[in-house]
Amino acid sequence: MRVVGFICGHGAEGAFDQAGERRIQYSPDVMLIMMPCAGRVDVLHILRAFREGADAAFVGCCLEGNCHHVYGNIEARKRVEQAQGILESVGLGARRLEIFHLASNQAWKVPQLTEEMLSRVQELGPNPLGARA
Amino acid sequence: MIIAEQKPLEEIFKLLQGHERILVAGCRSCVAICLAGGEKEVGVLAEALRLRAALAQLPWQVDEATVERQCEKEWVSELAPLLKGKDAVLSIACGVGAQTIQAMYPQVRVLPGLNTSNMGAPEEAGVFMEKCGGCGDCVLHLTGGICPIVRCAKSLLNGPCGGSQDGKCEISPEVPCAWDQIYRSLEGLGRLELLEEPIPPKNWMPSRSGGPRKVVRPEAVMTEEQKRQKGVRP
Repeated sequence: MRVVGFICGHGAEGAFDQAGERRIQYSPDVMLIMMPCAGRVDVLHILRAFREGADAAFVGCCLEGNCHHVYGNIEARKRVEQAQGILESVGLGARRLEIFHLASNQAWKVPQLTEEMLSRVQELGPNPLGARA
Repeated sequence: MIIAEQKPLEEIFKLLQGHERILVAGCRSCVAICLAGGEKEVGVLAEALRLRAALAQLPWQVDEATVERQCEKEWVSELAPLLKGKDAVLSIACGVGAQTIQAMYPQVRVLPGLNTSNMGAPEEAGVFMEKCGGCGDCVLHLTGGICPIVRCAKSLLNGPCGGSQDGKCEISPEVPCAWDQIYRSLEGLGRLELLEEPIPPKNWMPSRSGGPRKVVRPEAVMTEEQKRQKGVRP
């Protein structure tokens, strides 16, 4: 099982770092890609992750109203919604993609959101491209 | 500029049925501004097609290209090397661009990836509004720079009608009444007297009822000899 997380270098990355420092366990099936800002995440990045075989993906960004780059998380949400529409149309399903907001001191959210995505994969089944990738 | 929007992906998938080697062709002009067919949108659509092909085990091989203006032969000729071996071009330019490619490369099937909508302008980020009906007989000098043909739901030349309420059109509370806007614009210009004189029935001859319209600029037309010398495409 492979879940790709595009995480912003401010809020979400801090939370994942802190989870590590505090020995808060989360699945090793989660692969993180650091972004300078969630607003840098592109629909193309997300679609490419699924073509490469990701079973699910998420974008982790700052809390709403608290983006380091002011509007990055708002832009990220729009792109996630656009990508969800495309995933639905191509037949993978929109629920394989999600956006999560977390501040750098919210390490406790890390196992919750990763488990959420893993349980969705359990429910939806693996990405058929995963075996071929 | 020309405003267009992408067809639903499901419709595009159907259009591409039976094709294998596909070129997604965009345009960096109007459709790039309205976020429907520029380089960015070409990339996303091509990736969506590759994803669909991989999932549904379709034989699609998808390439991508974007030209400066898909409505001009000079720019479209850049596509020639990319079209070798292709059996379909998915054009995500306006209908003019798609037709230009088809006319220049009749051996390849050109499919429209966009629905071309209107001539308009960006109202704000991500919002595009129709502004001009292309009627061929402009009256903007009489209407405070606001087109009654396309911005009034009834195309009234002497408005407003009884459906104008609080500056909005009866078709929707979100649509401004063009004649209310015209009044306010002329008021601001100090030219309300223009409304005293009824606008006479318009000449619709240069509009769309007489087949495709052609505009000729004699000073720019080349002689047959010049065309031969410059190697102009027929």
